Amino acid sequence: MKLLSAGGRRLPVLPSRRRFVRGVASGALLAAYGFAPLRARSAQGVLSGTRFDLEIGATTVDFTGHARRAVVVDGRLPGPLLRWREGDTVTLHVRNTLAERSSIHWHGIVLPADMDGVPGLSFMGIEAGGSYTYRFRVNQAGTYWYHSHSRFQEQLGLYGPIVVEPRAGERFPAEREHVVLLSDWTDVDPEHIYATLKKRSDYYNFAKPTAGDFLRDARAQGVSAALAARRMWNEMRMNPSDLADVSGHVYTFLMNGTTPASNWTGLFERGERVRLRFVNGAAMTFFDVRIPGLKLRVVAHDGQDVEPVTVDEFRIAPAETCDVIVEPRDEAYTIFAQAMDRSGYARGTLAPRAGMVAEVPALDARVLLAMGDMMGTMDHGMPGVKGMEGGCGASMPGMDHAAMGHGGSATMHHAPAEYGPFVDMRVDAPRTNLDDPGVGLRDNGRRVLTYADLRSVTAPISPDVGREIELHLTGHMERYVWSFDGRKFSDAEPLRLAHGERVRIVLVNDTMMTHPIHLHGMWSELESPAGEFLARKHTLVVQPAQKIAYRVSADAIGRWAYHCHLLYHMEAGMFREVVVA
Amino acid sequence: MRPLRPLFALAAAFATTATAHAQDVHAAHAAHGTHDAHDTHDTHDTHEVPPADHPGTQRERIEAASQEHPQHAIPDARPPSGHVAPPPPQHVMGAMSPARMIDVMGMDDRARWGRAVFDRLEHGDGRALGWSLRADYGGDVDRVQLRSEGEHADGRTAHGDVELLWSHAVASYWNSQLGVRHDVGEGADRDWLAFGVQGLAPYWLEVAATAYVGSRGRTALRIEAEYEALLTQRWVLQPRIELDAYGKDDPAARTGSGLADAAVGLRLRYEVTRGLAPYVGVEWSRRFGRSAHYAHADGNDADDARWVAGVRLAF
Repeated sequence: MKLLSAGGRRLPVLPSRRRFVRGVASGALLAAYGFAPLRARSAQGVLSGTRFDLEIGATTVDFTGHARRAVVVDGRLPGPLLRWREGDTVTLHVRNTLAERSSIHWHGIVLPADMDGVPGLSFMGIEAGGSYTYRFRVNQAGTYWYHSHSRFQEQLGLYGPIVVEPRAGERFPAEREHVVLLSDWTDVDPEHIYATLKKRSDYYNFAKPTAGDFLRDARAQGVSAALAARRMWNEMRMNPSDLADVSGHVYTFLMNGTTPASNWTGLFERGERVRLRFVNGAAMTFFDVRIPGLKLRVVAHDGQDVEPVTVDEFRIAPAETCDVIVEPRDEAYTIFAQAMDRSGYARGTLAPRAGMVAEVPALDARVLLAMGDMMGTMDHGMPGVKGMEGGCGASMPGMDHAAMGHGGSATMHHAPAEYGPFVDMRVDAPRTNLDDPGVGLRDNGRRVLTYADLRSVTAPISPDVGREIELHLTGHMERYVWSFDGRKFSDAEPLRLAHGERVRIVLVNDTMMTHPIHLHGMWSELESPAGEFLARKHTLVVQPAQKIAYRVSADAIGRWAYHCHLLYHMEAGMFREVVVA
Repeated sequence: MRPLRPLFALAAAFATTATAHAQDVHAAHAAHGTHDAHDTHDTHDTHEVPPADHPGTQRERIEAASQEHPQHAIPDARPPSGHVAPPPPQHVMGAMSPARMIDVMGMDDRARWGRAVFDRLEHGDGRALGWSLRADYGGDVDRVQLRSEGEHADGRTAHGDVELLWSHAVASYWNSQLGVRHDVGEGADRDWLAFGVQGLAPYWLEVAATAYVGSRGRTALRIEAEYEALLTQRWVLQPRIELDAYGKDDPAARTGSGLADAAVGLRLRYEVTRGLAPYVGVEWSRRFGRSAHYAHADGNDADDARWVAGVRLAF
């Protein structure tokens, strides 16, 4: 194992692929990390090779002027970048110096079930003071990440990036690369945040519609239109501003462990193509990423190469990764990652020289959910949601027709538990459109990546499917209970797949929140509404009132986790065990 | 940042040496030149064809095929995924008890939790201290609720009650409630069995309706409703109404049959934090029928309107 101190990496497009340039970005990082003097080791470390000794421990960090305890790997937040090589067998010896149980899950890596790092399903976790040796062959390439799967340790800083170099060289070459890991830090104890959400789920939402908003809308659109726009939401007891359960009120958004003020900087040389490997390691935050002045050529999603598509902006969900290649001129650019609820942003700089900065754009205006986010398709005039009384005016302001499905679907069947006290919404006619960038990004004047843009460069693992499993994403915002099919993890039986079978999983989002759903152990092969294979993913975002389908080849024997990657949703029950036997 | 100036200089120095190094690599790369053809592609708002040495998708063909046989296996022109199924685990996790599972996973969606809200803790025109407390503890389905409201004046409790209820989630926005109520204050103490519903009605109306059965065939009904209007993110206007009715006259407790009293309040609070919100408001109350008669007989007004000032606390 070698310890290399480079946040960015000059990529040799030469036979000697293992040559590293030291110093360039690390110098910038040291300067950028100047605000965090308490950190034991500051710059993002890089560990490469086949044998790794990692140490989970507590450290003190200071992102806000207040010293706080973080839980980290090797004294760093984020943990060191692990560079593996496709085809290598890696051995990771992880010691836990905490006084509590811990774990590391290698997110998106296909490996044996006992190496997956989910306490209770894969292994017993790593006891306080204990250790565990992970060992598996890496048969894939791309950008991934690792994180704790124990309680709220991920929120406390236990995460880091993984880059697996392809044996045959990168399909889309670039002269330099940087990992850009986004995350959400809070000075508040995550236990307190979770308890607070249970007590009052809108506690961190300071963007709710107010009387002032009503007066503004009434002036602009007339009183009856303003009333109509609110009527259905209020009748349904739904809050159209509920875009994030935990907001910038308590979050400081980080880019590679650096606050916006400290400005993480990635350096490049004039004329270089730069590959940026974005990882969203946040516990709860979706980021909308753009680099004003640069086109983003998306070449991989969740580590898997896709046909390049050029965009201005992309939304990245917790646990997703997205690789883009940019071709900067000899000037500085701001990497701007605003939280989906516009309550804050992570920011860094891409520059030819350390110390340069570019203008930081203002946060976009806050946007409310559209009617389509609550009701799905509106093909038949009155769609929708059970229990709704009265008509919904055809000219509902704020209604986003573009966002509504064109692939209308038959009325949904809901599981009995969905009619119980812990489900607050059921969508009877979900939308199936994948070309919707999601709330806040629709028609913003920029070309925004959508799932409809993703085209894997390789063939699907599952050419066909033998059976279909439909699951609904369900929850109750006021009670802060989240589930699949109305059943929390503790109330649900495992989902059983026969070894070797190929299934289609259909997810219907019966909530008004956007959920990133992660299946461990097996790839999720996203399909278009017409059933064609689009892209291989490990984490799939399902927007409110949306239905998506993906193929899963049940070729990995064992017990696997399947859950929403919003940390507090997972804790509140949006988790299932999947058994392949 | 200031003490780190030298570091900054150091960083610059590093950058310079690295630049030289990087230029070497770049020169070598340019000489090699094989992969460069690709980066001369214009980046359009469309999918590009991957480089020839990595044959990519024949997208049109696949789309055409998928239209013909949308539900069946489609011959895919793309190279195989290279996916390798993982070997089975060497150590298989056996079953464990739910308690052990919760402990090992660090995940417990049945955890119990509690909260306490003093919705009203106020002075009215300097003479009375009013309170309203709602505290509950338990899991998502079943909770124990402690409810109390009343008024303390002239060194003693003028009137008030304490309720201990089992609250059970029965429908999406509704909990059933079953328990006991004890009245305190002037007049005879009364004890009641309580049963009712509490929840959130459409339009965000917080509602509690409770029926009470006491000894000697006494019955009572209490309905409370309140609403929170957001003037801004922190200024909240809260109208509320409370109605009390009784099945028969109870001279000792100074309550008459039928609608006995109604209280309507309007409070404007400022949420310094979510848990701490001072407020001012006005409360209007009125007694009806026999209850009004008792009030007059005791030398009190049946109507009362007063200013209140207090604080809302949430824990």
